[in-house]
Amino acid sequence: MTTARNSHRRPAPSGRAASAVSGPASRDQPLLEVTGLCVDYGFGQDAIHAVVEADLVLRRGEVLGLAGESGSGKSTLAYAITRLLRAPGVITGGQVLFHTPGTGDQDLPASAAAPWHTIDLLDAGPEQLRALRWNRIAVVLQSAMHALNPVLSVGAQLTDVLRAHRPEMDRAARLTRAGQLLELVGIPADRLGNYPHELSGGMRQRVMIAMALALEPQIVIMDEPTTALDVVTQREILEELMDLRDRLGFAILFITHDLSLLIEIADTIAVMYAGRIVETAGARQLYRAPRHPYSLGLLRSFPALHGPHQPMTGIGGSPPDMRQLPAGCVFHPRCPYAMDKCRVDTPQLLRLHATGRAVACWLQGTATTPPPELALPEPESSATTATRATTQAATPPEATTQATPAPGVGQQAAGIIPSQRSGS
Amino acid sequence: MTGPGPAVAATVTDGIPLLEARGLTKHFPVRKTRLAPRGAVVHAVDDVCLVLPAAGVTAIVGESGSGKSTLAKLLARLIKPTSGQLLLDGDDVPARSRVRRRYARQVQLVLQDPFSSLNPVHDVRYHLTRPLKVHRLAGSASELDQSVAGLLERVALSPADQFTGKYPHELSGGQRQRVAIARALAVQPRILLADEPVSMLDVSIRLGVLNLLADLRVRDGLAILYVTHDIASARYLADVIAVMYAGQIVESGPAGSLTDQPSHPYTQLLLSAAPDPDRTQAQTLRGRGAPPNLVTPPTGCRFHPRCPHAMRVCAESAPTMTEVAAGHSSACWLHAPDLDPVQRGPLGRQNGTDRTGDRTPAAGRAAPEPGEET
Repeated sequence: MTTARNSHRRPAPSGRAASAVSGPASRDQPLLEVTGLCVDYGFGQDAIHAVVEADLVLRRGEVLGLAGESGSGKSTLAYAITRLLRAPGVITGGQVLFHTPGTGDQDLPASAAAPWHTIDLLDAGPEQLRALRWNRIAVVLQSAMHALNPVLSVGAQLTDVLRAHRPEMDRAARLTRAGQLLELVGIPADRLGNYPHELSGGMRQRVMIAMALALEPQIVIMDEPTTALDVVTQREILEELMDLRDRLGFAILFITHDLSLLIEIADTIAVMYAGRIVETAGARQLYRAPRHPYSLGLLRSFPALHGPHQPMTGIGGSPPDMRQLPAGCVFHPRCPYAMDKCRVDTPQLLRLHATGRAVACWLQGTATTPPPELALPEPESSATTATRATTQAATPPEATTQATPAPGVGQQAAGIIPSQRSGS
Repeated sequence: MTGPGPAVAATVTDGIPLLEARGLTKHFPVRKTRLAPRGAVVHAVDDVCLVLPAAGVTAIVGESGSGKSTLAKLLARLIKPTSGQLLLDGDDVPARSRVRRRYARQVQLVLQDPFSSLNPVHDVRYHLTRPLKVHRLAGSASELDQSVAGLLERVALSPADQFTGKYPHELSGGQRQRVAIARALAVQPRILLADEPVSMLDVSIRLGVLNLLADLRVRDGLAILYVTHDIASARYLADVIAVMYAGQIVESGPAGSLTDQPSHPYTQLLLSAAPDPDRTQAQTLRGRGAPPNLVTPPTGCRFHPRCPHAMRVCAESAPTMTEVAAGHSSACWLHAPDLDPVQRGPLGRQNGTDRTGDRTPAAGRAAPEPGEET
């Protein structure tokens, strides 16, 4: 694990020091705020900028989707947030704030009534991280099929988590809890004695999810959790996951390359391209009215299951080589709308006024009129989200409806605007 | 290297199909264990009938383990069928290996993973000239160069001279898959078998490769078999979709008709599980569970243990393909006209009362009501 960080890390805006905020936690309460996060692989001239100035906000009980192609930096971003990044990965800038009830130092289940504390994950020491990981932030990794130890039974692996983090539990209590966890994800408790090879791919994935939920975390980060599974199994697991989310109230950062799936399950979607977040919007907003040419191209890359047969084009060209990124907007060589400005200047992620979404594209600036397909009217269900603005770290939960961006970060730090789960 | 021209596109299903499979079956032997007695086999592909018309795209859709890749390998004659016939232009293809090369000139296979199907120590030129040499189609060096350039143009890798000297690691995934397709086209086959050609590629470039296949069909009149697990892309590319489950084709029909009005409960399950952003309300999965063990497949219809509409007859005998609309047939007892009430009765289960209420494929074609006919 690498903790080295360069000096040009953006200074934390004032008023963001860890502070306790009391009061009831609403659903809009941000749990995780990522601001200007930069991750490099390697140092100096040869460094590959895998994640550049990423801004994200994950709220209580929300499913935040992170979409992007392979190599776009979506997994790197997740590893950086959890500080699981391995060398030569280096976090070179930004801030990751985690808001949690209680002090976060105690290895105890979070209680909603406790005062809220803010922890800067990038400054947290090993002990603090150890207490937070799995307890508050759990991860379901990409290769979950292979993440289980083949020589230990499922029960041993589930109780291992409890033994490390819940020292007060005795062996019998741990086994009972492990059985409950398996039943939570739809596996009979008598499978505790089974070894991973005795389980199907879908069941192994369910065990991974059960393990992630063992300590009742507030955030579950899922990195392509269903990619290796068949569509039917994928759908079953996603249904269960959404059901568990509704019951247990954890928030999910869901990373996948499958935007069509994300639109169905996520509340908010961030689209990544070549290490940058190019658009963030509510799922319905993004689907009905994309604002970035890359989002539009991605949406046009999935053939529909219904309707008339239409020829589709996808996106021309291929994803860029991260070692030789194009100047200006990284997407301009593949962008059908590229202008002269795009070849020179890099657009920042800017919040679009009155729509509660953000996009990094020169077409959406004030000086240009975007083409009609990138200026479709907002879908109706998102109208209510327009009034809600990004809330900053220390904003009390009561004041979430009308917060203004903190001074100094207003331009770049356009976070993600919560969307209502449209259609429900 | 320009192919026969676009005129062939019109002549689709009439006449003799280019390639036809009749009762194709593949059983893989399994080692004797406690659970599998001596002589046990995996019923990977069972009694599959399929036609590939010229200038037509036929899609095989199924979950992993449904036997769709085995079918593609059988059609490419990479593995010997246990039984069944292959007919090329209406003529039986003998099982002798001597005619293997002649067959390979007509039928070429494109594999799923372009990262492993190209040899990393050889450049693009080697990959594209190798088939020509193997099939003794190679002329002089300049003719070879011309062939390579023509092939690269056909798969939209231009300018061609920029690519001939490149090695696989210098190409992106999409470019590699295009090279793999160009290699398959080198001997000017008339049938292209594509086994999940886009599933390893990035989302944004998948459509480019699919459009290339569609192009080859129209321009060169290639018969294409498109094997995939993604029913939406099958609907996009193919004229005809065949859905495979546990080694058998359970439904086949025109792409639009099959996806809009699926008549087999398994197709309905697949469609209800597929991601669909247009879905306005949470859908209910039509059936659960996992595919069966193919060493001892279920009796009767292989889908009956997962089927929400399962009847008594489903566990007793296997349904045959029944036509439900023009060119659209389905192997399901729900579409059989002459079942008696006993056969339509509930499946013999311990708690057999829970499944009896709903026995019509709700979203699909209406099946005859129980007792209406006989």
